[in-house]
Amino acid sequence: MADQLIFDKIKEKFSDEILDSYEFRGDKVVCLKKDNVLEIMEFLNTDSDLHFDFLADLTAIDYLEYSEPQPERFAVVYQLYSHEFKYELTIKVYIPEEDLHLDSVYSIWKTADWLERETYEMFGIHFRHHPNLKKLLLPEDFKGFPERKDFPVKGIGYRENFPIYSRPFDNNYLRKEED
Amino acid sequence: MGLESNLNTDGGGFMVTTVDSVVNWARKSSLWPMPFGTACCAIEMMATYASRYDLARFGAERMSFSPRQADLLLIGGRVPIKMMPVLQKIYEQMSEPKWVISIGACASSGGLFDTYSMIQGVDQFIPVDVYVPGCPPRPENFIDAFMKIQKLVENDSVKNYKKPKNNSFNKLWQTN
Amino acid sequence: MSIAELGETIKTEKMKMNFGPQHPATHGTLRIEMELDGETVVSANPEIGFLHCGFEKLCEHKSYNQIVNITDRMNYLSPFCNNLAFILAVEKLFDLKIPKRGQYIRVILAELSRIADHCLCVGAQALDLGAFTAFLYLFEERENIYDIMEMISGNRLMTTYTRVGGFARDREFTDYHIKEIRRATSGLYKTIDEVEKLLNQNKIFHGRTIGIGVVSGKDAINYGLTGPILRATGIDWDIRVSHPYTSYEDFDFDVPIGENGDIFDRYLVRMEEMRQSLRIVEQAMQNLPDGPENAEEEDKYVLPPKDEVYTTIEGLIHQFEIIMENRGFKPPIGEVYFRTESPNGELGYMISSNGGNSPYRCRVRPPSLVNYQILEPMLTGQMLSDTVAILGSLNVIAGELDR
Repeated sequence: MADQLIFDKIKEKFSDEILDSYEFRGDKVVCLKKDNVLEIMEFLNTDSDLHFDFLADLTAIDYLEYSEPQPERFAVVYQLYSHEFKYELTIKVYIPEEDLHLDSVYSIWKTADWLERETYEMFGIHFRHHPNLKKLLLPEDFKGFPERKDFPVKGIGYRENFPIYSRPFDNNYLRKEED
Repeated sequence: MGLESNLNTDGGGFMVTTVDSVVNWARKSSLWPMPFGTACCAIEMMATYASRYDLARFGAERMSFSPRQADLLLIGGRVPIKMMPVLQKIYEQMSEPKWVISIGACASSGGLFDTYSMIQGVDQFIPVDVYVPGCPPRPENFIDAFMKIQKLVENDSVKNYKKPKNNSFNKLWQTN
Repeated sequence: MSIAELGETIKTEKMKMNFGPQHPATHGTLRIEMELDGETVVSANPEIGFLHCGFEKLCEHKSYNQIVNITDRMNYLSPFCNNLAFILAVEKLFDLKIPKRGQYIRVILAELSRIADHCLCVGAQALDLGAFTAFLYLFEERENIYDIMEMISGNRLMTTYTRVGGFARDREFTDYHIKEIRRATSGLYKTIDEVEKLLNQNKIFHGRTIGIGVVSGKDAINYGLTGPILRATGIDWDIRVSHPYTSYEDFDFDVPIGENGDIFDRYLVRMEEMRQSLRIVEQAMQNLPDGPENAEEEDKYVLPPKDEVYTTIEGLIHQFEIIMENRGFKPPIGEVYFRTESPNGELGYMISSNGGNSPYRCRVRPPSLVNYQILEPMLTGQMLSDTVAILGSLNVIAGELDR
């Protein structure tokens, strides 16, 4: 069984690192501690029975208002895929609010470059050894982390803060003729 | 009939008109739009320019991608906070007289994106002449807006642009 | 002094150049900071975010059916594929299956969207390289597909047609629609042939595309490329085949594969994919099963038929139970990730549910964002004029890129 093989392989090697492993709606999920993430990812990438050569997605979830208790406030979620065996695997790494640091997986999958930058600017999670960790989507002077649950949807005033340009003359009378 | 009937056999003859009507007629029939298309409305804008709807019928097929030679700014699509300075720069670079069409709900009011990074209507920061409703508007809507702009140009007067505000360049050419 | 010697004595320096964010060839809002040595690109630094509209944040405040509206605006070249990808992720979370007929209709519309997307991509790519005719030919076909979309969903571009457990309008797909689709697609075969006649043997087109913007298969996987760009490098990976969804396993179609991974191969893959999509559409229309389109009405996630809402009290209450903000869905708690093959590549949605009416977190895995990362290594060492050709072949959609 492929499902069992993936779990067994990881458990065999890194039994201390695994917090939880389960299957939900066919998605295989492994929850990890944050310290040795890079080592486990390298194993998953290079192991000849798994060979997860494709990082589909990397993002984070803020569990501040979640109904079920979670180990920590933030979780970084990796979607892995193996082109050779067609395995799918979701990895969740919990990160406490006090220490928002995690190893970058850029050295394994180049895909992680912009995805980690996006996660950094949206959640404020720092990725160690990332070559170019700066804002990706928002202006550089933007303060705050918009995807966190305590950030208001309508923002904190950036969208109202621009110079106002007006016409050199008032041509409103033209419009009155129109009507 | 028409203008030709006023011609003599040797092609001479003259007609009397006002400067305003001639200038406005020329301006409205050869508007040079600057397409500032960012999102979905830009695709409908493209459709208006392409085979079926063909905006060339209104004398506007010459898209001017340089703002300095354009006189009509077409804002099509969402404008986030990172894009707004660019839009304002482009508006500033366009020479007078200039007109602005705001295409679609997002450019006119923010549309369904009421979020931290979206401008809730570009008319807060730059003047807009004609709004086009729709998300995205159909090409017919867009052509209607275009004809409205032509009407606006037709009713304009050259006098309005005689002394632009804060234009030091103009002073150089004043002799007396 | 010979010219070669003269060239060595002249002092040159590198030039910084700014490409975009408002540039006709970017088809949107991209910015590339380039360093040029003469006409050769020494380094390229793409900057994005000029169309960031907070999609993921907004989703946390909308109900599941409302979000379909927003997914349209992510990839505005093929909105139905985005509707489908999102709703399939939601249906995976809710553990819901829609009837075969509904699935086939979804396949028909998704494949038509794929054709429309490739039409614009190839057309705009040809336009950037100076071939205006191909653009006009293909755009006319796109208009025909718009007409079908309008007939079926009510809007030319933004279909917003899927709902949880089915479609926005029920029992709308009839033989009349099939006839109209046949009429619209019959011209498409001819147009594809004509465009291939115009471009495939065109010397200028060859010169601008062959051997330019090459990616190797290994790099492609490491950079996370998907879709036609990946398949042009020779790797046979199509999610419709490897992980079939929405009854794709019922259809017989080929996955076109390139060899060299250059711009010309990407163009060929896209053209062939259009033909294969037409094959799928034809098969789906021929074998369209009878029966209901939407999932069972008793299911608490599915909107009732409109005539029931307008005429019976039960239907009205059912409708209210679903769409009122304080009622709505009660989905299971958990996270799902669902991947689909959109025209640009893997489009995945991760939905985290809290048991409430709107997702706790909705993450979209946009193919454009990941595909666009390859631009920097691809551009380095190429000529400045090839930038436009490479950008066109990547088919980067700004709405999907920045979300």
